[in-house]
Amino acid sequence: MNFDFSDEQKFLRDEARKFLTAKCTTAEVREVLDDDAKSHHEDVWKQVVEMGWLGTAIPEEHGGLGLGMLELCVIAEELGRALAPIPFASSVYFFAEAVKLAGSDAQKSELLPRIADGSAIGCIAASEGPGPVEAGKLKTEFKDGTLTGTKIPVTDGDVATHAVVLAKDGSGSSLVVVALDQDGVTRSSVETIEPTRSHAEITFNGASAERLGGQGDGEALYAEILNRAAVLLAFEQVGGASVCLDMATDYAKERQAFGRPIGGNQAIKHKLAEMYVKNEVARSNSYYGAWALSTDAGELPEAAAAARVAASEAYWFASKENIQTHGGMGFTWEVDCHLFYRRAKLLAVQAGAPSVWKEKLVRALETRNAA
Amino acid sequence: MDFNDTPEEAEFRAEASAFLGQHLKPKAASAIRGREPRNKMLERAKEWQKVKAENRFAQITWPEAIGGRGGTAMQQVIWNQEESKFDAPTGPFAIGLGMCVPTVIAFGSDENKQRYVQKALHGEEIWCQLFSEPSAGSDVAGLKTKAVRDGDDWVINGQKVWTSGAHYSDYGILLVRTDPDVPKHKGLTMFIVDMKAPGVEVRPIHQASGGSEFNEVYFTDVRIPDTDRLGDPGQGWKVALVTLMNERLAVGGSPGPDWQEIMDYARDAGTLSNQAFRQKLADWYVASQGYNLTKFRTQTALSRGETPGPENSIGKIITANHLQDICNSAVEMQDHYGLIIDKDKAPADAIFQESLMWAPGLRIAGGTDEILKNIIAERVLGLPADVRVDKDKAFSEL
Ligand SMILES: Cc1cc2nc3c(=O)[nH]c(=O)nc-3n(C[C@H](O)[C@H](O)[C@H](O)COP(=O)(O)OP(=O)(O)OC[C@H]3O[C@@H](n4cnc5c(N)ncnc54)[C@H](O)[C@@H]3O)c2cc1C
Repeated sequence: MNFDFSDEQKFLRDEARKFLTAKCTTAEVREVLDDDAKSHHEDVWKQVVEMGWLGTAIPEEHGGLGLGMLELCVIAEELGRALAPIPFASSVYFFAEAVKLAGSDAQKSELLPRIADGSAIGCIAASEGPGPVEAGKLKTEFKDGTLTGTKIPVTDGDVATHAVVLAKDGSGSSLVVVALDQDGVTRSSVETIEPTRSHAEITFNGASAERLGGQGDGEALYAEILNRAAVLLAFEQVGGASVCLDMATDYAKERQAFGRPIGGNQAIKHKLAEMYVKNEVARSNSYYGAWALSTDAGELPEAAAAARVAASEAYWFASKENIQTHGGMGFTWEVDCHLFYRRAKLLAVQAGAPSVWKEKLVRALETRNAA
Repeated sequence: MDFNDTPEEAEFRAEASAFLGQHLKPKAASAIRGREPRNKMLERAKEWQKVKAENRFAQITWPEAIGGRGGTAMQQVIWNQEESKFDAPTGPFAIGLGMCVPTVIAFGSDENKQRYVQKALHGEEIWCQLFSEPSAGSDVAGLKTKAVRDGDDWVINGQKVWTSGAHYSDYGILLVRTDPDVPKHKGLTMFIVDMKAPGVEVRPIHQASGGSEFNEVYFTDVRIPDTDRLGDPGQGWKVALVTLMNERLAVGGSPGPDWQEIMDYARDAGTLSNQAFRQKLADWYVASQGYNLTKFRTQTALSRGETPGPENSIGKIITANHLQDICNSAVEMQDHYGLIIDKDKAPADAIFQESLMWAPGLRIAGGTDEILKNIIAERVLGLPADVRVDKDKAFSEL
């Protein structure tokens, strides 16, 4: 038993943090926030591509670095800390993992090297309206090699070159992969509460598409992709939540009221202690998720769900109470607190809301108990 | 990162499990179980402790020279995991072996160690911890029980309270004031006290839960030889901190029904499909799993020779609050009938009702929620300390 990352993985984390602290500060995040025309930060993206991070968990034969999922978890935490305004999660946790999981040899050789070298950007498109994504409710349809319907919102849908789409297919559902630069595709930007990550509405009008995995496997594959992405997103969430705790703690030591630092008052101290407890619970569950992910353990469904539930709760709590701790300053555009509040909510609902994951978790526990 | 056993760990686990299987019955599939009468449980606990010590499974990380196994922190974790699968009566020894005896080992003379350590380890003598007083609980350094030097002895007068297990204990570690004319943390001294010595009177307290696991202890001219002093006079606070550090390290079992028990119960009761309940169940699982895994992270640090810090204070905050919350839900699930605590009539031997009534104590014992949050805020996050107006004044002037 060893419940920690290895020295090499920690080295990778230090290097990633060094780079992001220097090159992806909140000034870069705000360049994207303040400019409607910007879907992501091009310089940061370019350098991340050059460092090979996109290919961290892509096999060498497909142009990646051939490291493991644990290394990707380490990078995810750092991207989360930095609020990286780049389409990394869409391209790597969702698109590349979907291709690795369900793609044919031809699809893998065609798509993975391009994701790894940044010449293609992938995204995933599932949501069509309010409420959890359910295969039975899908309107978007795949038929005779073409795709018709509308997906909204699609994170990074406006910058992506390819999408994995969950669509109705005969009496069931399938995943399909679509190139987005074709006549049958129209996209428009959608305003969201998290403008540092771009979102689009994508309409497919007979766009040519190809199945990823077997016909009718859509719902099961989508669930499996979410399980994998959930662990990686949890690391981003843990990263963001720990920055919120640091920010709040630093401010509580500095800001004076009634003749002493506000952090000398228990209402503030205890709030920050609660943040710490939630963050540790999230981190521990995420480590377990990382292990399950990296070993393809049978426990992955419950480990992923627990990581996601814990991390969504921790980030939400930390980001909202970080604003509260900063008082009026915390509610200004200029202070960074709201950047984390926005990102916390994006990450909490992007791959299924916490309530949906709680239900998945209980179902996984029921299955385990029945076994 | 590897959550599987290494080959050596697997070997130790198999050995531990086989040993346990020879001596104990496995716990029922669900920990929903009745309690046996205290005197029978004590006997069984002493026997089990003896068997463990003879086979070097008691205190696995202690050096072999003092009766331990000289094992690793990870082996202790594995042992605890395996032991918790069996019906092992370990309660009466938790305070002694987890907190008191390690303090004797750290601060006692060679004679002290020879006299006390083996007997405790082999289950022959039970220990209790005498810190709290009626007006000094969270603020334990404000205690008043005093010791005055008289030749080779010290003479103790005063009162302790909330002393768990004092009624069946043989020895205790006792924190008292030896110098009232210095600030409160500086005038304390720690002693070993014979609970059967003349002048020691133990009065059980009737608890809010209905039981009587803790006591008042009165000291009237009790004599303790100077040779049973732990640490120098005036150094008692430093000694007490070591006791409390060990308290944090003691890897406790679950204090009562957890998510698994309430899930089992809800399934039997037909309420497992209730959406609101399922959402809460997920929260309980996540918190308890998070705490267990956090302990494993701590043990990993320990096995590398790092010292775990006050980070471990999160454990009791989580488990005590969840216990209360889980039992509350189980009682509400039973609606009006949930009031019944009669074991013969209540579901699951009334374990939820009993634990509901016990849970408030768990949130107080060993440091209240508020004190534990202070510890995290001040010692982990480095926030300013609470205002302490009595810090620099002599105790006698407060
Ligand atoms: C079941 C049980 C078993 C116990 N066993 C033992 C034992 O074996 N040996 C032993 O020595 N003691 C034992 N204790 C005593 C226990 O350690 C104390 O009860 C505990 O530390 C609280 O002290 P108190 O009861 O004096 O409460 P108080 O200190 O009076 O606290 C009252 C309230 O004030 C709050 N409070 C106090 N100070 C602060 C502060 N600075 N900031 C914010 N809030 C504060 C507390 O959180 C609490 O809510 C036991 C207690 C229980 C309930």
